[in-house]
Parts: sequence; C-alpha cells; structure tokens
Amino acid sequence: MTGMSDMTARLAVLARRHPWSTFCCRRAVRLTVSLCAVLTGSFAMIHLIPGDPVRAALGIDAAPGLVAARRHQLGLDQPLVAQFRHYLSGLAHGDLGVSLVTGLPVAELLRTRLPATLEIAALAFLCTVLVAFPAGLLAAIRTRDGRHPRSELVFTAATAALTGLPDFVLAAGLTAGLAVGLELFPIAGGTGARSLVLPVLALALAPTAVLARIVRVEALKVLAEDYVRTARAKRLPAVVLYLRHVAPNMLVGSLTIAGNLLPALIAGTVLVEKVFAWPGVGSALAQSVVAHDYPVVQAMALVLGTVVLVANFLVDLLLGLLDPRSTIREM
Amino acid sequence: MTASLLPRAPRVGSRPAVLSPMAVLAVAMAGSLLFLAVAGPVIWGSAAERLDLSAVLQGPSAAHPVGTDNLGRDLFARVLTATRLSLVLALAATLLGAVAGVVFGSLTAVVGGRSRRLLGSLVNLLLAFPGLLVAMFFAVLFGAGAVGAVLALAIGSIPGFARLTQTLAARVADTDFMAAARVLGLRRHRLLWRHVLPNIAEPLLLNTTISAGSALVALSGLSFLGLGVQAPGYDWGQLLSQGLDRIYAEPLPAIAPGLAIVYAALTFQLLGEVLAQAAARRHGGLPRVPGQTARPASPVPPATDDHVLEVEDLTVAIATPDGVSHPVRGISLALRPGEIVGLVGESGSGKSLTALALADLLPEQARAAWRTNRLLGTDVDTMTPGARDRQLATGLAMVFQNPASALNPSLRIGTQLTEAARTHLGLSRSDALAQARLTLTRVALPSPDRLLRSRPHQLSGGQRQRVMIATGLMTRPRLIIADEPTTALDVRVQRQIVELLRGIRREAATAVLFISHDVALVADLCDRVLVMYGGLIVECLPAAHLATDARHPYTRALVESAPDLSADRDRPLRTIDGLPPDPLSPGPGCPFQPRCTNRQARCAEEHPPLSDLGVGHRVACWHPMPPAAPHIKAALT
Amino acid sequence: MTGLTLRDVTVRYHGPTGMVTAVDRVRLEVPEGRTVGLVGESGSGKSSLARAIVGLAPTSGGEILIGGRPAHTRTVRDRRRLGRQVQIVFQDPDTALDPRMTVRQTLLEAATAFRRLDRGAREPHVTELLDLVGLDPRVADRLPRQLSGGQRQRVAIARAVAVDPGVLIADEITSALDVSVQASVLNLIRELQRRLGLSMLFIGHNLAAVRYVSDVIAVMYLGRIVETAPTEELLSDPQHPYTRSLLADAPSLHTPPRRTDTSR
Repeated sequence: MTGMSDMTARLAVLARRHPWSTFCCRRAVRLTVSLCAVLTGSFAMIHLIPGDPVRAALGIDAAPGLVAARRHQLGLDQPLVAQFRHYLSGLAHGDLGVSLVTGLPVAELLRTRLPATLEIAALAFLCTVLVAFPAGLLAAIRTRDGRHPRSELVFTAATAALTGLPDFVLAAGLTAGLAVGLELFPIAGGTGARSLVLPVLALALAPTAVLARIVRVEALKVLAEDYVRTARAKRLPAVVLYLRHVAPNMLVGSLTIAGNLLPALIAGTVLVEKVFAWPGVGSALAQSVVAHDYPVVQAMALVLGTVVLVANFLVDLLLGLLDPRSTIREM
Repeated sequence: MTASLLPRAPRVGSRPAVLSPMAVLAVAMAGSLLFLAVAGPVIWGSAAERLDLSAVLQGPSAAHPVGTDNLGRDLFARVLTATRLSLVLALAATLLGAVAGVVFGSLTAVVGGRSRRLLGSLVNLLLAFPGLLVAMFFAVLFGAGAVGAVLALAIGSIPGFARLTQTLAARVADTDFMAAARVLGLRRHRLLWRHVLPNIAEPLLLNTTISAGSALVALSGLSFLGLGVQAPGYDWGQLLSQGLDRIYAEPLPAIAPGLAIVYAALTFQLLGEVLAQAAARRHGGLPRVPGQTARPASPVPPATDDHVLEVEDLTVAIATPDGVSHPVRGISLALRPGEIVGLVGESGSGKSLTALALADLLPEQARAAWRTNRLLGTDVDTMTPGARDRQLATGLAMVFQNPASALNPSLRIGTQLTEAARTHLGLSRSDALAQARLTLTRVALPSPDRLLRSRPHQLSGGQRQRVMIATGLMTRPRLIIADEPTTALDVRVQRQIVELLRGIRREAATAVLFISHDVALVADLCDRVLVMYGGLIVECLPAAHLATDARHPYTRALVESAPDLSADRDRPLRTIDGLPPDPLSPGPGCPFQPRCTNRQARCAEEHPPLSDLGVGHRVACWHPMPPAAPHIKAALT
Repeated sequence: MTGLTLRDVTVRYHGPTGMVTAVDRVRLEVPEGRTVGLVGESGSGKSSLARAIVGLAPTSGGEILIGGRPAHTRTVRDRRRLGRQVQIVFQDPDTALDPRMTVRQTLLEAATAFRRLDRGAREPHVTELLDLVGLDPRVADRLPRQLSGGQRQRVAIARAVAVDPGVLIADEITSALDVSVQASVLNLIRELQRRLGLSMLFIGHNLAAVRYVSDVIAVMYLGRIVETAPTEELLSDPQHPYTRSLLADAPSLHTPPRRTDTSR
C-alpha cells in the first residue's frame, strides 16, 4: 500500500518535471489500449457474422468438401483461443490471411494499396487545413461584432451548403462535370498527379467548410477577449494585431477540431475511392464487403482503424507541443 | 419595501420572431421534402415500378426526364418515390442513435467518480473511430439490408451523441444551481430530469437535426456500397450506385439521385443553422446602431489651459434588439496634469463605456458623439486618423479590470511590453527592452530580465496588473484611464496598486482617471470625484468632501449604503429602493427621481443642470441635501 | 441545538501540479443562533471549506459536527440528513438559479425536498418565503433572467431557508452585487438572523461587510484560521499580523485618506 502511494508520488514528481514526455506516455498507453480493441474487434468480426462466412463467400451451392477445406485453411475449425493466438502470430509476421475470392495473400494487396490511400488522405487533410485557416480567420475579422451581416450570411450559407455536400456525391458530380463533361481530368484510376485532383477535391471540400466555420467561431471568441482590446489600445498595425495577438490563441482550439475531422476524412476514402476506382485500401474494402471476402474486410478494417488511431495520436502530440498548458491540464 | 422592489416586466422575447430569408428557405425545403415523403410513393409509386423491357437503359427523353434503368423503369419516378424510404431510414437511425447516446451520456453525468471515468474513456475510445467506419463494421455483421444499415448507423452515432451530452451535462453539473440542488438532497433521477436535461435540450435538438442530414448521407453511402437497402427496395444511394456504373455514357441517372441526397442534406443543415441562430438570438447578440456619427463640431473654443483631457457633452448610443439605448447621455469632464480624478457609479451607470469611448475602443454596436474632445490639447476631430491613433496610443494608457484576461496568454511579457513603443516611437528592439527593464523597476517588479521572458500565466494577479500598468507607461503617457483596476484583486494588492498610481502621478505628473464602484477607495485615492448615475454626472466634488459633504441624494445614499468598519452595527444600512433607470427610455427629468426620497414635482419634468456650489463642488439636483452639520462631521472623522 | 463545529477539517484536491491543501486543520465553532464571519483573500480556502461543510467536496481529515452529531456524506440518506440541517447560498446570483425554472418551482422544489406539502399549502408557503426575503409575491412566476441580481440573490436565500435548516452558509453572497444592493442583502441577513434564529457562517473578503453581520470573526490565510475573536475585539485589537494588514489596507470613507509614500 505504501509502496503504491510512494510510486504515485514519484510519478507525480516526474509528471511535473517533464510534462510533455509524461503526456506522450499517457497518450501512448491510450493508443495501445485502442489498438488492442481494434485487433480484438477485427478478429471477432469474422465470428460474429451470422451464418457461415465461408459459405457466404463461396455461395450457397458450393461443394461441402470445398467449404470444409477452406474452413480448415482459415483455421476456423480450431478452438477460439488457438485461433486468436494464430491470428496474432500471423499479424506479427505480416501475415494477414488469404483472400477467399482470389486466394491471394492480403498483405500483398495492402502493400500496393495503402500508399495510394495515404496519399490522397494526407493531401486532402493538408488542403483542408491550409485553406480553412486563412478563410475562417478572414471571415471572422470581416464579420466581428456583427459587422457586414451580408458577408456573414454568405459565409454561413456557403459553408453550410458545402458541409452538407456528401463526398461521394460530390465525387460523382465532379466525375460527371469535369471528367466526363469537360474531359479536364481522368475519370478514374491512379495515373499521375492530374488524377489526384478530383479525389482530393471530393475528400477535402466538406471538411474545409466545417473547419473554416470552426476557425471563424474560434477567432471571433479570441477577438472578443480582453487582451485583444488591450492590443487594440496599443493601435498596432492590423497585420501585427491579427497574426501576433489573435492567430496563436485560436490555433490550438481549431487544430483540435481539425484533428477530429481526420478520422472522418479517412473513412471518406472508402466511398470516394470507389467512385474514382482509386487503387487504395478503401476501394478494396468496398469490393470485398460486397463479395463477402471476410479476410480482406478484416484486414482492411484493421489497417484503416490503425491509421485513424495513429493519426489521432500524432495530432495529439503536436497539440501538446503547441499548447504546453493542455498537457498539464490533462493530469 | 416589497412593492418597490418589483421592476417593470423586463423585455424578454418581446420582439416578434421575424423569419429570416434563410429560415423561410429552410422551412420551404423541409416542407417540400415532407410532401415528397408523404405523397411521392402515392403519385409516382406505380410509374417507378412499371417494367418496360422495350426501353431499358435509356437516356433522358420527354417520357423519361432522367432516363430508365436496366429494367426500363422510369428513374425520375424512382428518385421521387425513394424520398420516403431514404428519409425514414435516416430519421430512424438518427433517433435511435440520439436516444441511446443521450441516455449513455447522461448516465456518465450522474454516476460516481470511477464509473464516470470508465464510461468516459469508453466513449473516447469509440470516438476515435469515424462513425461511417463503425457503421460499415456493424453493417457487415448485421448483414446487408435496410434494418442492418439503420442499426449499424445508429450504433456508429452513439459515441458522438454521448460525448456531446457528456460535455453539455458537465457544464450544467458545474453550475451553482446544480450544487444547490445537490445540497437539497435531490435524488439522481430528479437532478437529471429537473435540472440537467431541460438545460441541455436545446443544443441536443440542434445537433440531432444536423445529424439527421449526416445520417441520410451515410445511409446513402452504405446503400451505395451495397450494404444498405437491397433490391427490390431502393433508396437514393442505391440509385446513385446504379447510375455511376453508366456515368461514361449517361451522367444524369447518377446526378439526379445525387442531387436528391444533396438537397435533403442541405435541408437538414439549413434547419440546424436556423435553429442555432434562433438560439443565439435568444441568448444575446446585438444589431448595430444605424449610421450615427459625431455631431457637427461647434466652433471650437480656443485651447484654455493645459488640460490633458477635455471632453464636453459625451454621449454613447448602443443598438439593442429593443431599440437604441443611451447609456451615456452627455457628460463633460476635464483633467489637469498630475490630477487623480475618480469616476464612481454602480453597474449600468455608464462609467466603463465612458472610458472606452474616450479611448476609442467602443464595441462595434456602440457609437460615441461629443461636442468637444481634446486629448493633450489637440482637438480629436481635427486630427487625421493616423495622427489620432498615434496620439491615443502614446498619450493615453488604459488599465483594465481583469489583469488575468487583459494580457495575451500566448505572448511573452517582453513582446507585450515593447510592441507599442516600437510601433509608435520607433524604438529599436534593444532600446525598447532597455526601457522595458527600467519601467518594470518603476512599477516595483523585481528581476525584470526573467520577467520579460515569462508569460502571463506564470505571474500572480498583482504582478499582472503591475505589468499592465508598465505596458501603459512604456509610451510615457500623460493620462492613464484605469477602469476598475483593483476590483479583481485582494485588499492588500489593491492597496499596493493604489500606492503605485500615486507614485506615478508624483513622479511624472501623469493624470489618472480612476473608475470604480468603490466609494471608499475613490475617496481615499483621488483628488476629485465625479459621481455618475444613469449615464449622467450627478455630482462633482473634492474627494475629501465625499464622506460627509455630498449634496446629491444619490451620492449621499451611495456613501451611506457602503458598510464601514466604524458604522453602527445595530442600525440597518441605508438602501436605495427601486432600480436604476432604463437606458432605452430615459425620462425627461432627473434620472434618480423615481428612487429619490427628496423628490418634488419639478424633478420628474426637467433635468437639473450641474450647478456650482462653491469650491470645486457642483451638483445636478433641484433640491440638494443640506450640508452636513459640523458636529456630525466631527463625530465621523 | 444546531450549532456547527469544525474539528481539524482538512480539504485536499488534485491541482495541476499535485495535491493542494486548500483547507488545513481548521477548527471553528458556530454556536447556535450566532453568526461567525470568515474573511480571507481569494484562494485562502474559504469556499473550499464551505463546499466541504455542505458535502459538495470531500474532506480528507477532521470532523464536521452539526448539532453535536458528526455529519456524514457516504450514503444518500446521510446526504439528505445533512441537507436538511445545512444549506448554502453561493456568490454568483447569475448561475445560482436554474434558468428554466420559475421562482415558484425553485422554491417549491426546496420546500418539498424533505417534507410533504399539501397542494393547498403550497401557494401560501411560496408567498410567505418571498415575503421573508422582501420580494413581491408576483415575482413567483418569473424566470431568473427576468430578475435583477439582487432579486436573484434573495430568491437563492429564500430557497436555502425554505428547507428550514439550522445552519446557513453564506459564501460571498454580496461580492457580485452593487454597493446599494449589497446593503439591502446585508440588512436582509440581519433580519433573518433575528426572525429565524439561524446559525450562520458568513464568508466574505470585504471585512466591513462581514463585520456588519457577524458576532465573531475568523480570519483565514493560506488554508488556516490565523485568528478568531469577537467582532469588536478583532477590529480594535487584532493579534495576528495578517489581520492587522487586512485592517490597515481596507479603504475607509470615514478615516482621513492616508498620503503614505511607501511605494517607489
């Protein structure tokens, strides 16, 4: 008992001395727990599916012998604990199982497809942040204190409209308009930089609108602060006032929200990739879901979940660096 | 006593709800969706089901505006008919998710510490995953189909609702009224039903509306992937998926259901927007004063003596939802170098707005006007905007009430201290820093070098206020306007700040306009005192006379209502019955007249001017109180 | 019968940089029917102590006795018994009342929290409570936002006394009010003391206001009570240096202003 409290006290001292490292450790623990949850979830998936997954994949009229063979090949006839152990050791060796439909190793599929997904997701996120921040800040400056109510209406209406625009519908619209109609961009497939434009645009537009709105609200909050009035009393040039006194104070709040948008953006790749036949994880997931190719679904869900968690983790660490107070608040 | 405490019924929701163009649009769009959902299948249902194998996969034509599908069914009719299913599924998923999420989230608000942390981290864990991904996971588990998709989506949206409920409920849980309810021993379910849920219902409803839009999109997405509605049923997502397969040949069959999804999503988004705006309007938010500018300057009298500030007939008007309010109604004041003048008044008297108007820092909805406004001997109206800004930045320093919020939390003290001097006096960085060190020593702050590198949160309240004062002193101002500079501080720190202001006045002959509600403090610090009530200065007297020689009934009452360390504890304190005047509709007479015990007929009709009573003492009252008898004075001092 | 006794009460909480001892072994006695004033600057632990007494914050040591019996907060039954005996009024009248409940609902919730009240008896009871705190019975139908700050504070006081508690904790109840409103609330407290015979702990940072309603004053500094004495004695003959500095620094209207030259 005393040992425990002694430990706690020592940890507390450590936490005070190195707030950011302690914060990182806590986040790493959280990441590990979440990853375990994803692992268990993806493993459990194949067992939770009502009915027989193998029969579902091979069809009702598949020969019983073939079904039994596949079951054995997948290890589904072993006890659950042994299966889980097998699943984990497979993962440790980079073995993600074999596709029920093509019979190819899933790891191979991933190796070719994951970079493509990360490419458009990262680009879209970058565009979102780079466009939304200036747009939101400028909108806030122009409409603060209820100035220019018409600009405010236009901004709110435009961002509301873009927010409501589903990415996959937008993707279809862009394909129809810019690719099929005007033939400006390739319709589908990942071939060169020009083929990136439409998927990234489809992915980034709605999050940009959401983030711009939030940046504006955050900036308005900062503009109403006492210290901005203090800065105004000094009659500083507008650039100094906004970039030095306003921007840093809204950065953390807005970036937190931007971090929260990231998972949704990654999930959006599933639909957008399908529209553009983009050779990424998302389109593979979409195809295999329909084809009941469970090992692939399992692996893709695992990979997408991991990507989301790791991205969240990195954003959190960045925020901790930017705003040292938040790391202390956590404890 | 009781009757006079009842104010006139305040204006709450007295303005009729005017529908903005956005609200009209949102309602119209929602109405059209509702119509399609109800009547669509009745009107177009049979056309949508009619097979015509002679006209499969046709493009748009007069008979089929959007074309036909692979069984020759009319796509236009199918898109319209699909409204009902698409909306019903989306609403079902949203409601299921919202109810489950709110229950889950409220649970965390009322259960004890450990279970709260556990539930909290569970929600956190689930929130890390995008709802669509979670929904896909469950859609795979439940098997493809409308019911499975709805359930999956509902599950996917639970964490979001739970988190929102949790956050909102936590905000309510921290309030004093919840603490009071807990002290009353109310049971958990009662706390939840009576106090928590009613206070979070509005933002929850708002979020549910917007979520319905996202649910619709997500469900269409699931159908689009083949996980949602299965043939022979059809919704917009499925139609879009089918259309997309032939987009090379024929874009319209893909665009039409896409547009339908966008239209419905927009409707929910707009509805949410309108609800949010209505809520924001209910909780404040002000329009602006329509173009009101400074009055035409009357012939400016020649600069009299060396006043640092000379303002005549200053008024401030603020636009409110109920009309234009006049919190400052024409006050005049003048400060000589080295003079400390107090401006006393209770909240709503207009004293802080006076300060902001003098410093040209009024909020956007407020407009100031004056007959003359001379800062350091120069008429403000004759200056170019640039010169005026420079004059205000260097000649005048502002010190605000709350030093904790008046300093920028993310900037070093050094930056905040030097930036005005560098901008307006053209000092180099090193010169400015050298001067900053001197100034910090002047306000009695030790080790200036370390201080210059620190940030506001590392300082105590008293240190922060000293830094604020030092920031003002950097430009060597001739006037300091201090707006309640010690109200947020303890008496001991208050005393130190007061002594500091005195020291600055003595050293540099800086004039100080000291704004406060604390009569005793003002009497202690200032040379002269201006008493403000209802946007007017009602009395102006030497500070030494405040305690015993005030002649205005309001000043007298104010002084007598302040408890004093030597006052008789057995006598009730003097109170002022009634409420301050409404700045929206000031009467023609004396502003204090309705609460005055001394009022007579003339007081309600005509506004008394400030009239001279002798050495530096002026009062705006038709019937000033008699001067205190000498023996009372002797007893009190 | 319902005095309040604090024996070595300690309150600790998790601060941003480890444990903070907000209240450090406080001993204090509020005799039945008397008022004890508790003064100290912000952060001295006054409010933490108040919250601990009514069971809103856990104590980490010591004993709180109400009417001579130790107060517990472990079970719902314990907490209800505590609530029946001790009530509290908070500083900020803006957040003290549920914004969605009328004055009548607020008062009835408190009045029926511990005992049954016939439907017929409710209306007269609300009127009686409002009359007790000097409010017009017509305010019963108002929502908090339709009241002035002083009126809200009166309603909060009425809610606390509706339970008919033996002990009332007033936590900085006049700090957010204007001077003239503060005066009327202080008068009301005097009136309630006279009419209800409450034992009261009156917490504040304004010595002049606390002095006006208190029989005994305790001075708190950094979580500890540094001096306790009958009011007049404390003012005329302060023993602790901190008390002396509090008295010296309080601005006063009726003493000639000091022109001290202590600052540089």
